[in-house]
Amino acid sequence: MRSAHIVLDGHVVAENLSLDFPAGRTTCLLGRSGVGKTSLLRYLAGLLPGTEAAGPVAYMAQRDLLLPWLGVLDNVLLGYRLRRDEAARRAAEPRARALLAEVGLEDRLNHLPSTLSGGMRQRAALARTLCEDRQIVLMDEPFGHLDAVTRFDLQDLAAHLLRGRTVVMVTHDPLEALRMGHEIHVLSGSPFALGPAIVPAGDVPRDPADAGLLTLQGRLIGQLRSGS
Amino acid sequence: MRPLLTALGLVAAWEALVWLTGVPPYILPPPSRVAVVLVGRFDLLIEQAVWTATEMVLGLALGLTLGATLAVIFAASAGWRRWALPLVIVSQAIPVIAVAPLLVLWLGYGMASKVVMAALVIFFPVVSSLYDGLRRTDPGWIELAQTMNASPRAVLLQIRLPAALPAFASGARIAAAVAPIGAVIGEWVGASAGLGFLMTQSLARGQTPLAFAALVILCLLGLALYTATDWLARRLVPWQSFQGD
Repeated sequence: MRSAHIVLDGHVVAENLSLDFPAGRTTCLLGRSGVGKTSLLRYLAGLLPGTEAAGPVAYMAQRDLLLPWLGVLDNVLLGYRLRRDEAARRAAEPRARALLAEVGLEDRLNHLPSTLSGGMRQRAALARTLCEDRQIVLMDEPFGHLDAVTRFDLQDLAAHLLRGRTVVMVTHDPLEALRMGHEIHVLSGSPFALGPAIVPAGDVPRDPADAGLLTLQGRLIGQLRSGS
Repeated sequence: MRPLLTALGLVAAWEALVWLTGVPPYILPPPSRVAVVLVGRFDLLIEQAVWTATEMVLGLALGLTLGATLAVIFAASAGWRRWALPLVIVSQAIPVIAVAPLLVLWLGYGMASKVVMAALVIFFPVVSSLYDGLRRTDPGWIELAQTMNASPRAVLLQIRLPAALPAFASGARIAAAVAPIGAVIGEWVGASAGLGFLMTQSLARGQTPLAFAALVILCLLGLALYTATDWLARRLVPWQSFQGD
């Protein structure tokens, strides 16, 4: 990202932002609600007016956005259905099934989303995001509204499945950033600025009980508080 | 069960009222008399009912098809929205019922004028319900589709249209409830067959019980049309039944 200006409804969210996202790694952008995290991600996804995505990206929003009239498998293959590429869809189907097996939904292939729990729906959304098979994955607080234990399970699963991809994940949860991010940047101020890269030790997903991680969490919370 | 008892009570009260006041049957026939005519002229009534039911169903089908097509065109094309949508809204200022004599003049006493009449009556609720549904797609779905490089056409057909089906289903239910009005008014104005025609004919000849019998059949027809449409509408949006509405 080079010299990005993000303007939303005439309000400058950020100006002259530059940041390198290391390839094949997960970068977490941590900030309080309302700082402009989602705008930044939508900027990267090319969803803001006048912007274009840097390249093919897979986007996972806060809500699962599963289509209620499609079964789980069809939802996972949504991108191929929308691109009307029947050959590619058929080619991708085994991978979709394999991904659903990895997220533990292999026996729910034809179930409608409304019959699934919140955690299952988010796992289906994760499978859909990965099924797009894009090198760059943008995630917007994807596990924000799940209960704590389900969130931990999904973080483990996502960290495992996202390995090797360039991931940008925004979150307001310091612990989530510390568990998932190879690198963490704190967003603060208005228009917001990006803090320096914080690189916690160890590979993701990191153990939430690790003492070093918890110390770091305390520091991050302090930074988030003072930054506003 | 309870509404049925209420209805029975009302029928009984009606019978008693006629008995007590001694109103002549050509003004207000007692239910017992209507029942006798219902059974006695059953063949005639059914013959006319089939005619009217055909008008209703064809009118409903025509109105739903035209309305849905126009709603999709409006959703897909800004040009159409700008040039024709205001016209569709303003056209609602024309009392459709007042157009009935013209339709009979242009399309004759046969079935066509009634089918068009019924279609006109339901046209607006169908267009507006589906068009509203098409406009109110969850923006999250549309953005997701954009990140998946979906064409506007694919977004319309695969996301906006299915997402609007619940709204269309409510429009179709309203249409099913009002389509009979169009058909019957068409028959009152000028027809050679049908329950509405039978009603005007029998009233003119002082056969009020027959008119009431036709009315009873008409109610049943309307009810059947609504129930069938409601059933179809539910099949159209099977995922809705899970949303606890």
